[in-house]
Amino acid sequence: MHALKRRLNELKEYPSAVVGLIIIGLLIVLSIYAVISIPYAEAVRLWRGGEGVWIENPRNVPPALVNMLPGVDRPETMILSSQDQPELKEREQISEDVTEFVISMPFTYEYGEFPRELSAFFSADYEDTRPFIEVSWIKPDGEEIELMDGNVTDRTSYRISQDRGLQRSLDGLRPQIGLFARDLEADPPQVQTGEYELRISGYLFEEDASFSAELINYGQVHGLAGTDHRRRDISIALLWGTPIALSFGFLAAVGSTIITMVLAAVGVWYSRWVDGIIQKLTEVSLILNPLVVLVMVGTLYSRSIWVMLGVIIVLNIFSGAIKIYRSLFMQIKQAPYVEAARSYGARNLRIVFRYLIPRAVPVLVPQFVTLIPALVFLEATLALLGLGDPVLPTWGKVLEDAQANGALYLGYYYWVLSPSILLILTGLGFSMLGFALDRILNPRLRGM
Amino acid sequence: MTENNGLGPSLLRVQDLETFFTLRKWGFLRVGEVRAVDGVNFDLREGEAVSIVGESGCGKSTLAKTILGLQQPTGGSVHFGDQVLDTSDRRQMDWYRAQVGYIQQDPYGALPPFMTVRRILEEPMIINGVKSSSERWQRMEKALTELKMTPVEEFLHKFPHQLSGGQQQRVVIARAKILDPQLIVSDEPVSMLDPSVRVEILELLRLLQRDYHVAVVYITHDLSTVRYFSERIFVMYGGQLIEKGLVEEILRNAKHPYTMALLEAISDPDPENVNTFKKVPGGEPPSLANPPAGCRFHPRCPYRIDGTCDQKPPPEFTMTEQHRVSCWLYGDAS
Amino acid sequence: MAQDNGMFRVQDLYLSFGTKRGVVQAVDHVSFAMPKGQTMVLVGESGCGKTSLGRALLRLLPRNVQSYEGSVYLNGTDLMQLSEERFRRDVRWKQAALVPQAAMNSLNPVLRIVDQVTEPLETSGSRKQWAQARQRAEEVFQLVGVPLDFLERYPFELSGGMRQRVILAMALITDPELIVLDEPTSALDLLTQANIMNVLKRIKQEKGFTFILITHDIATSSELADLAGIMYAGQLVEFSDAYSLFTEPLHPYSQKLMASVPTLKEDKTLEFLPGQPPSLLQPPEGCRFAERCPQKFAKCSQEPPAIDVKQGHQVKCWLYERGDKRDRK
Repeated sequence: MHALKRRLNELKEYPSAVVGLIIIGLLIVLSIYAVISIPYAEAVRLWRGGEGVWIENPRNVPPALVNMLPGVDRPETMILSSQDQPELKEREQISEDVTEFVISMPFTYEYGEFPRELSAFFSADYEDTRPFIEVSWIKPDGEEIELMDGNVTDRTSYRISQDRGLQRSLDGLRPQIGLFARDLEADPPQVQTGEYELRISGYLFEEDASFSAELINYGQVHGLAGTDHRRRDISIALLWGTPIALSFGFLAAVGSTIITMVLAAVGVWYSRWVDGIIQKLTEVSLILNPLVVLVMVGTLYSRSIWVMLGVIIVLNIFSGAIKIYRSLFMQIKQAPYVEAARSYGARNLRIVFRYLIPRAVPVLVPQFVTLIPALVFLEATLALLGLGDPVLPTWGKVLEDAQANGALYLGYYYWVLSPSILLILTGLGFSMLGFALDRILNPRLRGM
Repeated sequence: MTENNGLGPSLLRVQDLETFFTLRKWGFLRVGEVRAVDGVNFDLREGEAVSIVGESGCGKSTLAKTILGLQQPTGGSVHFGDQVLDTSDRRQMDWYRAQVGYIQQDPYGALPPFMTVRRILEEPMIINGVKSSSERWQRMEKALTELKMTPVEEFLHKFPHQLSGGQQQRVVIARAKILDPQLIVSDEPVSMLDPSVRVEILELLRLLQRDYHVAVVYITHDLSTVRYFSERIFVMYGGQLIEKGLVEEILRNAKHPYTMALLEAISDPDPENVNTFKKVPGGEPPSLANPPAGCRFHPRCPYRIDGTCDQKPPPEFTMTEQHRVSCWLYGDAS
Repeated sequence: MAQDNGMFRVQDLYLSFGTKRGVVQAVDHVSFAMPKGQTMVLVGESGCGKTSLGRALLRLLPRNVQSYEGSVYLNGTDLMQLSEERFRRDVRWKQAALVPQAAMNSLNPVLRIVDQVTEPLETSGSRKQWAQARQRAEEVFQLVGVPLDFLERYPFELSGGMRQRVILAMALITDPELIVLDEPTSALDLLTQANIMNVLKRIKQEKGFTFILITHDIATSSELADLAGIMYAGQLVEFSDAYSLFTEPLHPYSQKLMASVPTLKEDKTLEFLPGQPPSLLQPPEGCRFAERCPQKFAKCSQEPPAIDVKQGHQVKCWLYERGDKRDRK
């Protein structure tokens, strides 16, 4: 052990190892942050969440960083809610049951580009008689445009930007553009900046009835990583994907390497048929293509990440690595000190674990480290093929969604780039560390 | 006929010992056997030091391993005290292993490179049930002090590669001795060390042997060191002991042609040597898989008696009580 | 000054190479001279630099060599002045050959013996040249005592002793002036060793080759030695004719070394040398043996020069400052 620690100190001398360690450190910090800030159950709920959860996000927009590019002035999402700001509402009781109200929602719009979407959500509380409302739009120059009027139920969604009638009256411009355009005929349309107002006036027909409204001005950017086709904030998946990727990679690597090593040692030491069985199993497994097996398991049995983990570990154990360990142990087995140990009475198990395996640790450590990213990539590959865990937000899942929704074709590059960059960083970090470790610990590569 | 040289009760008695290795083709087809130990008899007293001299390939290492219980004999028996050794008897072997120490040729290879000296010395004790750590410490301290590795604390933390060859071998000796065995088998303990260090190690071993009344089997190919180490000497050739006797007697009065050739082949550092050619037989040591018929040495023997030596293996003839030879020159083929 | 009428003279040979932990001074200003046809043995323990010296003589330098200086005179020419190409073409294996340690294990297992033995002759493939090479191979095989039919065999068919003789033949086939042998018999069993020594003795007497024998086996070296040198920590601490060195060594290290060799024929109390040789990474100031020397005194903190005690006998020790043994204290 002391020998190992001493050697690990040498790592400082390898710049690539230092960089690798920094990257891994960042990833770990990210993972811890993810787990602390959003507990697991919450993350899963969010990721599965339907419209109800994500309704306040725009759909398919890039990250807010985009606004740092010159000439880009995309709006961010603005949410106005009468419940949050009761002063916007004025009520006047007209008669015993009837109440007239006006909700005015002003906002300042100063972006250079148009919002992505425009929606209003009304909720009303009543017993029998539905309230009646009239909605109008007031532009900075004072122009008032009537949007809709009618009865509302307990929850009504008014998708302003999808109102075809409105669109026709705006000279064919889509409402989110037309309602903000300076001049309806201009091509391309220009944003008219200034004070806007959404005014809702209406009547309540019951004494205890109430009404509230919410206006969402969907931005053209959102958050750190943008949103996907289900309005989900991609950064949640990226954030939570980190601990999942790391722990998956780590567990699979641990399981594979340690079990492989122990199995090889036991096989070599006890020899005869134990060794023979292990070899035969390995040879069969080497012929099989692991991806094919995983696809079969995923399609026919279960896509649960634990099942995949188990299959991957088993396939990894009976693969080329066990043969490498086997030849290493066969060499070590001949060492005089092993014979000496037998002469002073060491039992088989002790020899395997205390005399053979410690010699293999310098080989195991770098192999373990470089295996982690390979397994992370494997998980992403499976997800991309549609075999990812259906519940968990992983990087591979993000990529799968992107691909299924034609991200590159539609120009949503951010959707593909961010998980890819994270995958590459993971691979880079562990590989650099792993190669440096290999140079230090593998005696044959010393001095290179 | 036992060889009683008046030293005390017999500790190790080897009778008609045979250790053969089967050569197999394709894993199961028997195509022959390597007769590494082919009919060895000797008697070792408590506290006695004996040298077994032979060249590489004569079977001496296999003999060592068979005595140690690391190798199961295929014929004959090994008696230790009043027990017959049986390698399949777990309990007996566990007990036996604590009675015998093993010193190997390669000092660096004999020590696990990832263990400190302390761990190396503790292993035999832990395995053999020395539970109290203070007792272990005492034993370690004593062992290292006897082997002149002081201050003890300094050495306990070191790893094998931080020690010189001589120091490494001393750790090996300490480890062999730490359970107070009755017998130590040392296989070429100094041949990988520098000449000026060899003497030191042999002397230390000799001292330990005397002080603790430990029987030592010293296996070597270097006949010139034998005088400084043991009272008796056995000469091994082709898996058999072809001459046995007291060291001084053999060195002055060797009888077997092979022993005589060995003595002739060894040089003393004498500048006059330049002018003399050694009269040694040519040829190669015999293959243990396909040994010559009759006396194993006959193809190379300058005194070969055709008709006898090439046909019948010679029995052991007694020259004196202590001096035995297996050679047709000294007896009748009757 | 060392004898000068010899044909082989080494002067101030210095070799150092760089490692991660610093510069190792493997050979430190070694000087000696030997006449043609004689055999010099170079004796020392592990790490004393004797193998490095042997290889340096043939310019077989390690990859991380740092300094390689001095003069090596063979037949009047300073080999150190020759270019790499000239050395390779004219000297190495033509005028000087090396039999490295454990060479018998380095025979190419897939080539026949005859192809390997004739390789130093660098035949270009013409029939006539090949026939000449083959004849030469047969000649050297007779010289070393290997049956001719072994030429057609493969190395694995030969025993250790035979392979070593083949290696010897390879070194002799170009009829070099100087042959350096590094531990030629250490891996062989006793009788075979004696046989090989006999072969070397016979070759030496019949053909008059010049041998430098590098070994740590002092007893065996006495079989061939006309001259002897003792190396310690990269330096040549004593050099003289074999008779003087074996019977009356002068340098304290040589004395201790000789005293540690067990003898068969005569009774002798063995002495040993406690401690270890100094590291060649940062050799100590002054005499390198001083730390372990039983006869050390004040002046030993300065490095002693090679002092000529008598004609042909030099010792690197302050005890002999005035050319005779000086009383200590």
